[in-house]
Amino acid sequence: MNKDEAILSLTDTMAKFTVYIGKRLPNDVKDKLAELRTMETNPLAKAVYTSMAENQDAADKLDRPSCQDTGVIQYFISAGARFPLLGELEEVLRNATLEATRMGPLRHNAVETFDEKNTGTNTGSRIPWLDWEIVPDDDGATIDVYMAGGGCTLPGSAKVLMPGEGYEGVTDFVFDVITSRGVNACPPLLVGVGVSTSVETAARLSKRAILREVGSHNANPNAALMEKLLEEGLNEVGIGPQGLTGASSVMGVNIEASARHPSTIGVAVSTGCWAHRRGKIRFKADLSYEIISHKGAVL
Amino acid sequence: MTRKILTTPIKDEDLAGLNIGDVIYLTGHLVTCRDVAHRRLIELKRELPVDIRGGAIFHAGPIVRKKADGKFEMVSIGPTTSMRMEKFEKQFIKETGVKLIVGKGGMGPETVEGCMEYKAVHAIFPGGCAVLAATQVEEIERAEWQDLGMPETLWVNRVKEFGPLIISIDTKGNNLIEQNKAVFNEKKKPVVEKIKSQVRFIK
Repeated sequence: MNKDEAILSLTDTMAKFTVYIGKRLPNDVKDKLAELRTMETNPLAKAVYTSMAENQDAADKLDRPSCQDTGVIQYFISAGARFPLLGELEEVLRNATLEATRMGPLRHNAVETFDEKNTGTNTGSRIPWLDWEIVPDDDGATIDVYMAGGGCTLPGSAKVLMPGEGYEGVTDFVFDVITSRGVNACPPLLVGVGVSTSVETAARLSKRAILREVGSHNANPNAALMEKLLEEGLNEVGIGPQGLTGASSVMGVNIEASARHPSTIGVAVSTGCWAHRRGKIRFKADLSYEIISHKGAVL
Repeated sequence: MTRKILTTPIKDEDLAGLNIGDVIYLTGHLVTCRDVAHRRLIELKRELPVDIRGGAIFHAGPIVRKKADGKFEMVSIGPTTSMRMEKFEKQFIKETGVKLIVGKGGMGPETVEGCMEYKAVHAIFPGGCAVLAATQVEEIERAEWQDLGMPETLWVNRVKEFGPLIISIDTKGNNLIEQNKAVFNEKKKPVVEKIKSQVRFIK
């Protein structure tokens, strides 16, 4: 494969993968929803879980985006410094988004700010949004695709606490966001919490947190404990699917953290709706790939 | 159990017996109407290009495909966050005479007032269930204000037994999601205190 062919091949794979994840949920989310459904006892909540399951079956059979809001397309890239198409990746992903929009079809979700015009292509200034991490001494690339829908994006919040507020303040912040604005964001939610030094670092980590698998744990024992306490506590509140009350509120709580300034605790919350459409794909240098998030997926 | 079905045009008396938490289905016409359409009517004083007196609107921005014969096909249509329309909805109900507002999540006190004064209800269609909803659309009969782009166009859908629709605001001043939120806020207090006692990591 020469370089031009390689670019076309990678673009085609990423376009197809972007479309794919809008139609079928990743394994971890699917399994968790099935588990929550069996635990539910409230009749209204059970009816909603039934609609959710019927919807995912219909989306699969009819080969259509399972939710009409296919979001703003975001790619979280973890690329080896020696990945052969490192310099081309930005253009590849932009073209993949254009192609996915036609193939999906995806809803047109890129509105140019200030001009206030929908571009009709899902591309625009800095959109698709790219988040980069460069891995030294590696020649592969792992890409997480995320469809950032409006509903699940709306609760997003960040602030900087004073250290005196401590992790107790983090707890208040998470509960306030989820029990007020999270109710409208299609629960059961996957809650991402960033604990860091400033608003933007915490916000980025909170988004990275919802890319982590449902049921995975932070490596730090205190952070893992807090994940568990927040998950159990939010479930005790019993928000239920669509805020109609029920046995659970969340699919899980994932925390990502960094070191912080001694005078600040940056905290942020990002939420993923029950239709948490994300996918993880890993490329080798020869562009052969493995789909991590959806077992047995064929593009 | 037989399904409770509302049919457009909806009359005030059709709504009188409905209470929050009831599940209904809709047959007839359902017009998508969201942020900019509300703004155009209320703030910019433009007349809606569709008569929805006695009708139903859907807070939704669908994916629609144009078929080879020039007709539109509904691909995927689920509800969007209704609270975004709270600012306009009471006035919207008054001016249009709409009877059923379908969306996602709750709405606020002004919509509740509008629903009481002008006799209308708000109902929740399960969010994210957009293909299920699309299969209940028989035909897209018209598309107005297409200049707004795919999500904001007023798509006039003929629907059959569209639902489940869970009544969240009735004509008697009840608001299901607000009631639920009050319960959540009560429940969360002891839960939060218990967690706080276990996360004193700064020593």
